[in-house]
Amino acid sequence: MGQTLFDKVWDAHVVRHLDGGRDILYIDRHYIHEVTSPVAFLGLKNRGLKVARPERTTATADHNTPTMNQHLPVKDPGSRAQLATFAANCDANGIEHFSLGHPKNGVVHIIGPELGFTQPGMTIVCGDSHTATHGAFGAVAFGIGTSEVEMVFASQCIVQPKPKTMRITVNGKRGPGVTSKDVILYIISKISASGGTGHFIEFAGDAIKAMTMEERMTVCNMAIESGARGGIIAPDQTTFDYVRGRENAPKGADFDKMVEEWKKLPSDPDAKFDAEFTFDAADIEPMITYGTNPGMGVAVTGVIPSSEGLTGSDKISFDRALEYMGFKEGEKMIGKKVDYVFLGSCTNGRIEDFRLFAKYVKGRKKAEGVTAWLVPGSKMVEKLCKEEGLDKIFEEAGFTLRQPGCSACLAMNDDKIPAGKYSVSTSNRNFEGRQGPGARTMLAGPLVAAAAAVTGTVQDPRELFDIK
Amino acid sequence: MDKISKICSCGVPVNIENIDTDQIIPARFLKAVERKGFGDNLFRDWRYDKENKPIATFPLNDAKYSGNILFAAKNFGCGSSREHAAWALYDYGFRVIVSSFFADIFKNNALNCGLLPLKVSEKFLTNAFESIDKDPKAKFEVDLPAQTITNLSTGEKESFEIDGYKKECLMNGFDDVDYLVSIRPEIEAYEHKAASRK
Repeated sequence: MGQTLFDKVWDAHVVRHLDGGRDILYIDRHYIHEVTSPVAFLGLKNRGLKVARPERTTATADHNTPTMNQHLPVKDPGSRAQLATFAANCDANGIEHFSLGHPKNGVVHIIGPELGFTQPGMTIVCGDSHTATHGAFGAVAFGIGTSEVEMVFASQCIVQPKPKTMRITVNGKRGPGVTSKDVILYIISKISASGGTGHFIEFAGDAIKAMTMEERMTVCNMAIESGARGGIIAPDQTTFDYVRGRENAPKGADFDKMVEEWKKLPSDPDAKFDAEFTFDAADIEPMITYGTNPGMGVAVTGVIPSSEGLTGSDKISFDRALEYMGFKEGEKMIGKKVDYVFLGSCTNGRIEDFRLFAKYVKGRKKAEGVTAWLVPGSKMVEKLCKEEGLDKIFEEAGFTLRQPGCSACLAMNDDKIPAGKYSVSTSNRNFEGRQGPGARTMLAGPLVAAAAAVTGTVQDPRELFDIK
Repeated sequence: MDKISKICSCGVPVNIENIDTDQIIPARFLKAVERKGFGDNLFRDWRYDKENKPIATFPLNDAKYSGNILFAAKNFGCGSSREHAAWALYDYGFRVIVSSFFADIFKNNALNCGLLPLKVSEKFLTNAFESIDKDPKAKFEVDLPAQTITNLSTGEKESFEIDGYKKECLMNGFDDVDYLVSIRPEIEAYEHKAASRK
């Protein structure tokens, strides 16, 4: 029987199988940030150890950083202390780090691919669940906890049970005005926020193959929101073209040699998956969430579903979510009031997202009463926005381009949505309080966000912007 | 990390599905650089209102509930990979979390910090909530060596799964780092082999 892409990469990195089903897995690239690393560094120090492979470790400050006035000292004392500890830990262990203001600084899952650290066939971990993003390159990439960060520091390995495999095939062609974010929100709305648990998902099919690398990253990024350990997409010419020439990618003949290896990675035609789902891209419309987990999504033209048929804790949880959101069953999403718009995060903070948003707000004005945070995913994205004049388009429309960071995705810094306010957010989680205590989040793609930003309401971007 | 063997305790019921790690410990409490004090902010926004007054109806604030076993509805621990969620539960005093379904990363994090994620059937869980509802002092027995949990008020007993390696770690208070450091020569041999393939 043939092997899946996931099996090929995983099996090539097993140092030892343990009794009881766990593997000792070798890690090619370890991304770290300031929030989930300090306790791991401390544990390492207490054992009298140093980071075993600093050259395989890439560090950036992102979760806890301000997105305005980054040249000034960080105001929040907790954040400032955590950032200083991070820099000191990296220095003490010989790890190159991209601290605040560094030209290579940015959200960890944006800079990794940008700098060419992320490559097909690798194993990649980070103390952050959205590490799934890097699966877009045909890498086995997943989030880990701090104890596991310490394991990788100490040995460049972790002890992991091997997940099962799932394939989600999206056939056909996306309609106009449907982004890759809509594709993944649609998938999660169908398989639920726990439908992928225990599995690693390979995304396949014509609609996935037709995506750019940035679009594929958005899809894999949110694999975790279905509960899956990660997402993965077969590397192809689109992947090789993206990686070629990047700072840390192999060069010249070495690159060509690697491409020959990478071409062997896609799942064999007779490979078997533990679970399979198939969807048709033509069924997917611009999406939006109405509840408090990413599986609670509908087409933007749709209505909030009814709780009929739900019992026990299912019913309690559904009612609780609608109460938190201040929504009722059967209500239309179109026309819902929006107070805040957030464009950014490791899901939608790349240059293509900013280009798309700019294309449609150009010549329009930000709606009165809407606060919009446009936060590029990295210094490099910020630089491109300026080089391409997107910042001017934003300014003319009444928006400000901020500085890079995780920002309002998890609201660890000052970018918090006030209690009770509604946000249309291009990030990945709509949990209670995720964007600030009491904040009400509706997840969507950059087009729905652009429509909300200029109207102050939920709208169908296809209609508003006449996208055909 | 305490060793776990047998635990006999009442249960604290939080009958909510999809409890994500942002609820267990909100991001604004992740600024520490040491592992201490996270229990104070466990379920912060469910335990306290805007004025920081305890919300009486939340089970952790209800004096009738006690014990070091938490019962929660399915898909517990979904979302962020923050191990702070497991630390907060541990620091608060819980040693076992019982649910019918756990998110993967949370499950690993819990096992790595001495907290047992114990998966039971939907039926066992529903009955457990009922038993606690009838009598908040209802007791449960978790036997890790035998891999069983018993609802002592109904006599209902169920086996649970845990892989042998992690069971050994929990029962002895071991962690993975010591083990991985001990096999460094094998890891270096792997690196050598992998480099020569390229």
